[in-house]
Amino acid sequence: MYAFDFEKPSTVAEAVAALGDEDAQALGGGQTLIPTLKQRLASPSKLVSLAGIAEMKGVTIADGVLTIGGGATHAEVAADACAPLAALAGNIGDPAVRNRGTIGGSLANNDPSADYPAAMLALKSTIVTNAREIAGDDYFQGLFETALEEGEIITSVRCEIPDGANYQKFEQPASRFALVGVFVARYADGVRVGVTGASEEGAFRWSEAEAALNANFSADALDGMAPSADGMISDLHGSGAYRAHLVGVMARRAVAAI
Amino acid sequence: MATISMTVNGTPMSGEAEGRTLLSSFLRETLELTGTHVGCDTGQCGACTVHVNGKSVKSCNMLAMEADGAEVSTIEGQAGDDGNLSALQAAFQEHHGLQCGFCTPGMIMAAASLLEANPKPSEADVRKHLSGNLCRCTGYHNIVKAIMAASGQDVGAIAAE
Amino acid sequence: MPADGGIGASTKRREDVRFLTGTGNYTDDINVRGQAYVAFLRSDVAHGKINSVDTSAAAAMPGVVRVFTGADFEGVGGLPCGWCVTDKHGEPMQEPAHPVLAQGKVRHVGDAIAAVVAESPEQARDACEAIDVDIDELPAVVDMKAALVDGATKVHDDLTSNLCYDWGFVEENKGAVEEAIANAAHVTTLELRNNRLVANPMEPRVAIGDYNKAGDDSTLYTTSQNPHVIRLLMGAFVLGIPEHKLRVIAPDVGGGFGSKIFHYAEEAFCTFAAKAINRPVKWTSSRSEAFMSDAHGRDHVTKIELALDADNNFTAIRTETYANMGAYLSTFAPSVPTWLHGTLMAGNYKTPVIYVNVKAVFTNTVPVDAYRGAGRPEATFQLERVIDKAARELGVDPIALRRQNFVTQFPYATPVAVEYDTGDYNGTMDVLEKMADLSGFEARRKESEARGKLRGLGLNCYIEACGIAPSQLVGQLGARAGLYESATVRVNATGGIVVMTGSHSHGQGHETTFPQVIADMIGIDASMVEIEHGDTQNTPMGMGTYGSRSIAVGGSAMVRAAEKVINKARKIAAHLMEASDADVELKDGQFTVAGTDKSVAWGDVTLAAYVPHNYPLEDIEPGLEETAFYDPSNFTYPAGAYACEVEVDPETGKVEIQRFNAADDFGNIINPMIVDGQVHGGIGQGIGQALLENCAYDEDGQLLSASFMDYAMPRADDVPFYGVDHSSQTPCTHNPLGVKGCGEAGAIGSPPAVVNAVIDALQSGGHNVTHIDMPMSPSRVWAAMNG
Repeated sequence: MYAFDFEKPSTVAEAVAALGDEDAQALGGGQTLIPTLKQRLASPSKLVSLAGIAEMKGVTIADGVLTIGGGATHAEVAADACAPLAALAGNIGDPAVRNRGTIGGSLANNDPSADYPAAMLALKSTIVTNAREIAGDDYFQGLFETALEEGEIITSVRCEIPDGANYQKFEQPASRFALVGVFVARYADGVRVGVTGASEEGAFRWSEAEAALNANFSADALDGMAPSADGMISDLHGSGAYRAHLVGVMARRAVAAI
Repeated sequence: MATISMTVNGTPMSGEAEGRTLLSSFLRETLELTGTHVGCDTGQCGACTVHVNGKSVKSCNMLAMEADGAEVSTIEGQAGDDGNLSALQAAFQEHHGLQCGFCTPGMIMAAASLLEANPKPSEADVRKHLSGNLCRCTGYHNIVKAIMAASGQDVGAIAAE
Repeated sequence: MPADGGIGASTKRREDVRFLTGTGNYTDDINVRGQAYVAFLRSDVAHGKINSVDTSAAAAMPGVVRVFTGADFEGVGGLPCGWCVTDKHGEPMQEPAHPVLAQGKVRHVGDAIAAVVAESPEQARDACEAIDVDIDELPAVVDMKAALVDGATKVHDDLTSNLCYDWGFVEENKGAVEEAIANAAHVTTLELRNNRLVANPMEPRVAIGDYNKAGDDSTLYTTSQNPHVIRLLMGAFVLGIPEHKLRVIAPDVGGGFGSKIFHYAEEAFCTFAAKAINRPVKWTSSRSEAFMSDAHGRDHVTKIELALDADNNFTAIRTETYANMGAYLSTFAPSVPTWLHGTLMAGNYKTPVIYVNVKAVFTNTVPVDAYRGAGRPEATFQLERVIDKAARELGVDPIALRRQNFVTQFPYATPVAVEYDTGDYNGTMDVLEKMADLSGFEARRKESEARGKLRGLGLNCYIEACGIAPSQLVGQLGARAGLYESATVRVNATGGIVVMTGSHSHGQGHETTFPQVIADMIGIDASMVEIEHGDTQNTPMGMGTYGSRSIAVGGSAMVRAAEKVINKARKIAAHLMEASDADVELKDGQFTVAGTDKSVAWGDVTLAAYVPHNYPLEDIEPGLEETAFYDPSNFTYPAGAYACEVEVDPETGKVEIQRFNAADDFGNIINPMIVDGQVHGGIGQGIGQALLENCAYDEDGQLLSASFMDYAMPRADDVPFYGVDHSSQTPCTHNPLGVKGCGEAGAIGSPPAVVNAVIDALQSGGHNVTHIDMPMSPSRVWAAMNG
């Protein structure tokens, strides 16, 4: 790691101020950032830990809305969120990773194989920052790219609790990140299908599947369906065609589980 | 450099750390508690697992400064004050749950967390819980067996398959 | 048997207590006063010409003590290769130079160009980035067959080509094999790859060089399986330090699996640099660095043909293998695809003629050398896959086909130069059939099918040559070392014993099992016996631990030394009891005179040896300490039969191991608990190879699987509980303990069982798939089903 300073503010305002310094970077749980720093792939002048900010903690459910503090760990989400998202969080990484990694950190990083993006697209989410609210549909902007501005902090995330939902993840055998993950959420006004891991453009909503499921909410409705293999990630662990196929399989399994 | 303090295995300790000092380095190099091992740099192997404020974490994926003021438990604190092995440690010896011993501190710390949350884990629970702890020697057979035995379950039938 | 465990007891391991309490002493736990730290600047291109290395900016960085480049090592030797293979024309292999730091060219990603020694590891890394290296990138050769095409880019400009050797074995049999294949009723052909692996012991490598100016002597602490071998190779061939001025210590070592046999550049660097700057120098590998600097394993591409007559008897085997050496010859690399592989191509079967051709190839990749099993897994994999394919083609039961062709008469001289001393392959298969409940398989398959899964059963046999090795034989085959082992048994005055062994324990449990043997021989408690190993100063010469040789060779040396001790003690006892030595027996720690009630205890005899007041000084010296060297007269031949059941998810291609059973014949067993553990671990690694592990390069020689994020290590939830049985025992006929060795069996026997099971599963689902290369990742299995 390159040398950097460390700061641990106790309020969002202090954190925002601390992040105003040149090349300062926010530190959530560090489960991706610290390995990145070890590889010397980033050289922040200062890390601003968000772990001491009480207002970014907590997972609550009220009036059909799930609110998760940006500093909530995956383990806390797994313990206290609505069932489908809790199950997703409880399968991120491993127990030690879940005790440190945070939803805000994961969403800010927007790894194309992370689990949360699929859920945020499916769950009518709102990403709340120190400065504004961003609709989940507008938030993800490609691999490791988000709508966040420099120094902007995810303070919480809101999701509308669906009538039914399920997340199916097919793991990359080495990292156990999602080779493909599909989150299906059913609302009174329609079905939303979020897909992670698969596309070179990052997480996306699979609109063809949503349309088919709106017409007939059953796994059979997706029979033979898969997104185009064009633009799917192709690497050591699977071709684009394989990933596209898996999106169909995982989507059918998610629907069947709801 | 700054001085940071933490309670390690019940004893207040302090030392100098840079911003970039990892908790694993602080434990190993500054506090000379070398039982915590480092087996990778991407957070997969779990040899460095310790408990911070009662929760298992990978100490090579945490900055020492993040643990300033925390209660930290390491492998060195797992045996009783009389030096006797804990039930979990004893089960690892009884069931040959270790060979080279390098992953063992992390395995013990991870398993201790599991048993605290789930006193009678199934085989599947144990295997799932250990997904962040790699062992290259044992094929995991005797590790899983030892953890189930430590929870008081009869593992006599396991070896017979 | 001694109360606390002799031979055959599942004695709990005494080494566990320190490992379980965090008080082990691994190399990285050692800090030598005043030490500096080294970081290596490693090549990020696979092949390139170094135009210049400017270290001036780095040298001025904070904390930097000194910067080294290849030029600093021009006066010393390169890393030696310990085995010279002679090719099929009788010519020695091509052997390139292997400098400690790159000179003129870099030849693989990770090749060390320069090294910075600094006050802290981070300062050393900071300064590495300030080194200005001007490299002209050259085309890389990665694919072995492409590397052998005329005009291919050469990895080493001073060699005639990228061919290290073209080996034929047994060359005189080539014609007979061709004839048998031409006349066969059936020939089954299979092309396959034995995937490249990274050993990944959980402890990364570490080296600390220390220099004592007053005595002009050097000490190296290193993560090695064989400290004496490192002392010899580094002292004699690289740095020119005589053995009495060089001490090598391998303390607690966190696994090896072969990858810590070899002499590595970092060991030589730290020893050299410590003297150059007159300060200890420490290097701790990160895992990422390990992926590009530890020797890799396997990486063979093979075509195998099995000829059968009309009665399904095997009549000939012919193989053609391309074996990847990587960019340089690692210590024992040339021996792996040849003498450790070709000699095992007979397997458990009485095939009359066999011809093995191996082309070893240099490529711009990390050097490849022995990994758990080393050559024997590659032989077993080819053979057991082709037999399974033949059974399917012929429509015969794969077990019956194997049984029909088993060697049943021993000793058996194979057509590939080795002689199996003993075995009972039918007996081992009988054990397997029962323990694996093969008769219940069809019911289990139906149950799987009801859940939408394809279930397959895969079987295979294996044989391996362990207890490496008779020195004269391997000398004729090109080994540049003897492969004996030595031990000193030191009995103290009060009867306690210290055994100093050249074997090295890095997980195998020698500190527990070796005392079991001594305790059994004398009839004292095992707790009276202590083992010392891993320090060239405290132990006699040692060749170390690999090739499942510790108990068979190191244990035999210890037994020979103990026999000498007992013989001397018997003389002392005879004197004390005023009897003839011939009448004195040793049992339960008591010397007795046959047919009388005279006896004297072990402790009284040992005390007499050191307080020789009443002692036959005219006949024997005081003291009780003996050393023995044991050079085996043959290899040992553990063998077994394995069965694997898998379920394949037809929608995703994901394979799950449902059952895995292993029946092994290891001869006599010292500690069944430890033997079980060795087999478990080997199976875990074999399943890893079969389903998960894949060290992959792209066409430019970039390492794609460069961390645990992309190199899939087996985890606890990738494997089931294993059934292990070693009740089928035919003791080795030529070593004193009747032992064969058990360390590698699991890794040798399991990959073909897994692949055979997956093929069986896919066939049951109507997929005409006859082979899938390892690792059988979900994507590959899915592609095979949908290809």
